[in-house]
Amino acid sequence: MSPERGPVFLARRTYRRRRLGDAARLLPIVGALLVCIPLLWRNGSEASRTTDVMFYIFGLWIALAVLAGAISRYLRPSETEDGSRDPGDI
Amino acid sequence: MSILNVLILVCVLYVVFLFAVAFAADRAALRGQGSWLRSPYVYTLSLSIYCTAWTFYGAVGFAARSGLEFVTIYIGPTLVMVGWWWTLRKMVRVGRSQRITSIADLISSRYGKSNLLAVFVTVLAVIGATPYIALQLQSVTLSFAAFAETEVAAGTMPDMQSTAVWVAAGLAVFTILFGTRNLDANERHHGVVMAIAVEAVVKLFALLAVGVFVVWGLSGGVAETLARIDASEIARFEVTGSRWVGLTMLSGMAFLCLPRMFQVMVVENEDEDHLRTAAWAFPTYLMLMSLFVVPIAAVGLDLMPNGANPDLFVLTLPLMDGRDGLAILSFLGGFSSATSMVIVAAIALSTMVSNHMVMPIWLYVSGGAAMVSGDVRHVALLARRLSIAGIVFLGYLYFRLSGGGTALAAIGLISFVGVAQFLPPLMGGLFWRGATRSGALTGLGLGFFVWLYCLFLPSFGPSVVLPQAVFENGLWGIGWLRPRAMFGAEGMDPVMHALLWSILLNAGGFVLVSLLSFPKPIERLQGAQFVNVFEHSPTPGGWTGGMAQSEDLLVMSQRILGAREAQNLFEGVAKRQGLAGYLPEPSPDFLQELERVLSGSVGAATAHAMIGQIVGGAAVSVEDLMAVADEAAQIMEYSSQLEAKSQELARTARQLRQANEKLTQISVQKDGFLSQISHELRTPMTSIRAFSEILRDTDDLTLEEQSKYASIIHDESVRLTRLLDDLLDLSVLENGQVVLNTQTGRLSELLDRAVRAAGVQGEIRIERDRASEVVDLTTDLDRLAQVFINLIANARKYCDGRPPILTIRVGQSDGQLVIDFKDNGSGVPPEKQSVIFEKFSRIGETKAGGAGLGLAICREIMARLGGDVSYLPGQKGAAFRVSLPIETRMAAQ
Repeated sequence: MSPERGPVFLARRTYRRRRLGDAARLLPIVGALLVCIPLLWRNGSEASRTTDVMFYIFGLWIALAVLAGAISRYLRPSETEDGSRDPGDI
Repeated sequence: MSILNVLILVCVLYVVFLFAVAFAADRAALRGQGSWLRSPYVYTLSLSIYCTAWTFYGAVGFAARSGLEFVTIYIGPTLVMVGWWWTLRKMVRVGRSQRITSIADLISSRYGKSNLLAVFVTVLAVIGATPYIALQLQSVTLSFAAFAETEVAAGTMPDMQSTAVWVAAGLAVFTILFGTRNLDANERHHGVVMAIAVEAVVKLFALLAVGVFVVWGLSGGVAETLARIDASEIARFEVTGSRWVGLTMLSGMAFLCLPRMFQVMVVENEDEDHLRTAAWAFPTYLMLMSLFVVPIAAVGLDLMPNGANPDLFVLTLPLMDGRDGLAILSFLGGFSSATSMVIVAAIALSTMVSNHMVMPIWLYVSGGAAMVSGDVRHVALLARRLSIAGIVFLGYLYFRLSGGGTALAAIGLISFVGVAQFLPPLMGGLFWRGATRSGALTGLGLGFFVWLYCLFLPSFGPSVVLPQAVFENGLWGIGWLRPRAMFGAEGMDPVMHALLWSILLNAGGFVLVSLLSFPKPIERLQGAQFVNVFEHSPTPGGWTGGMAQSEDLLVMSQRILGAREAQNLFEGVAKRQGLAGYLPEPSPDFLQELERVLSGSVGAATAHAMIGQIVGGAAVSVEDLMAVADEAAQIMEYSSQLEAKSQELARTARQLRQANEKLTQISVQKDGFLSQISHELRTPMTSIRAFSEILRDTDDLTLEEQSKYASIIHDESVRLTRLLDDLLDLSVLENGQVVLNTQTGRLSELLDRAVRAAGVQGEIRIERDRASEVVDLTTDLDRLAQVFINLIANARKYCDGRPPILTIRVGQSDGQLVIDFKDNGSGVPPEKQSVIFEKFSRIGETKAGGAGLGLAICREIMARLGGDVSYLPGQKGAAFRVSLPIETRMAAQ
């Protein structure tokens, strides 16, 4: 039920903002997948070392925080409201 | 001075410091100063109440038992926070635009302001939070005990129970003081938030300090620490996939659903924009909190004697090394974690309990009675204070009963699974307009029951609440209902098992019942407002009210303000609106004014809620209504279009049927007319042809014969001409093309002329009353004479009286001039009376064959003249009455 759709083509700025919104939505999904990577690790017959996983997890953690900060910095929700439509909107 | 006394002193000083911070923040907020209070960093730090004593002490214990698995508890919230654009943004926006006061309020608002749902969520939240509060008390008492152990020689081993009592009482007092100072419109507590932010800094600093001490002090560097980890029991990453993924999900879910998290994240939120900072700052905070957990655990496992409680490594490692200052700092960190959690949880839960349980019951019980001013405000505050005390007491009770023996992490996870049950109705409510109240109730009920049966009750141990038999054989001996192996899912981790089944059944029941049930209008309205919050209500809007609610508002206001004040207020507003009496129109302006007045007595939130309850639909904008109405309108439009179409079809069909009938009739008439006319024309034509042939072909005709035949031909031609004239006349008359030639004349003269023209002298005796005929007429006299001639001629033709007599009588009836033509014949048989005025209708065989058009023409003429000619039944012979409107004649002088 969306009686009125936005314009088909957007100004470059608005377009950028929406792609940032996409990135913001994608980030937790990518993060969740990456968090599960250590489960696949095997060191021969035994499980992988805790320290290796620790470095990986904390590295990922920092990367997620940095990326979230970078995206959030430019993603201003209060600018216009049309950026907050359904994910399907272009 | 013993270290224990120092500890108590530091503790008291710290609490005083917190009081001061909270007090200063409240003062600053009250004065409108302190923009620093609204900093996004304060917001981020306040979110850190997620890290309770469970994190501070328990994470290390968790890590000492299962290695790196503990990070899942922090990875979940990190992912949720990083994905703020998905959910948190919407939750915060909804919370602000709907003036949500708690998670129970959010869920109940979404599902049509259902208080039943709110009560259910509140009960579930209290049951879920109680063990968690117990956990905090336990951690504080354990840490006290850890200090005390160092002084066993002094013989001042404190009673664990009394420590817990002191801590619980202190927390309750602090929470009551700063949590219920005001019933603020948005339930914001600046003092509390500021104190929590300070505590967040303290606990992070403490944990980092201990971590640095352990890594560089005890271990001697990073490399050595890593080597120690590799050498410890937790060197290997032996986490099962299901627990890794499951716990991450669980912690993420709990992060969204925990009442205390909701309190700081949504209710205390000052600005939606703060989320942008929290999106990266909070994950960083969590990361720092987790950074040294594994090293501390590994070093603790290495250095501490066997059997030492790993939950207290954070405290016992510095103590062991004689670093009392660091140990006290660490203790303060744990103390901060515990207190901030208990304070916020108690505020959140007490808001829920008082708003959704105590106040409705109180208003119901005291309903009807007019209260003095300020009553409700006192009750609301009292309810909240008592709720805080009650909740903290419940936590204490749980702590006493459970004996404080269970590992910290286990209790925390049980609590998490309990609150995670809110997630399906919460997320469903925010993203799915089809979610209904019945669905939410079903889902919550199922999830709650499964959690209770599979995790909460078994957590007390076998035979405490659930008998041993139930564990082994299932409920009622049904193997499929064993609490640790529902539906035959054997060998699963108990937490994962309970999480799986409770969330599956919860979400399944929620979706299924939502699909099957139909929401009430208010649910659909709220659904539209929640799901499309970004399109509809960017800011809290005004009230809209219906006329019927004024009386309810007056009743309510009388209870709160007192009868006199309320009536004065209402009367004044009504007068301003130009209305008489006590009931003004509930315009948005009036409702806002009333809300302001009421909030003076009961606080804005309660006032808003109370008006909201009466007026319904808080801040319903036209767009919201339209959004809901749109669907309905589309359906209605479609069906009305169908209806219109079917009506139109029916109308067309009816018209077509009528047209068809008319056409059929006309066709029949036309056939009849054609056959009549051909018959009428053929008869004279036949004789004309026959006699003209005789004249042509017969040579020896006498002159006499010739003349006879010629006259027959002539007569027939005349008859033919007359027939054609009549037809033409009739057609002209029927088409209304006749031009009337109005003259004035006397009726008697007209009758004389008609009798003469009819040529009936000698054939029929005509009786007239000449006196009554002295009437002047102004009409088309020629046409009228034509009618008279026709009638007189008819009498001559058809009258079978011996001797035939025609009586002409003139009179008045009903304001009309009537001229009756009566003969003494046998008259017209009744079955023929209705058709004699039709074309070509003749009665029997005629003496002088007429075409049967005469009376038809008469009727047409009379219609043109504004009168009528009709057959007059019930006379001795045939009687025709000609009537004329009275205006067309003038009485003789």
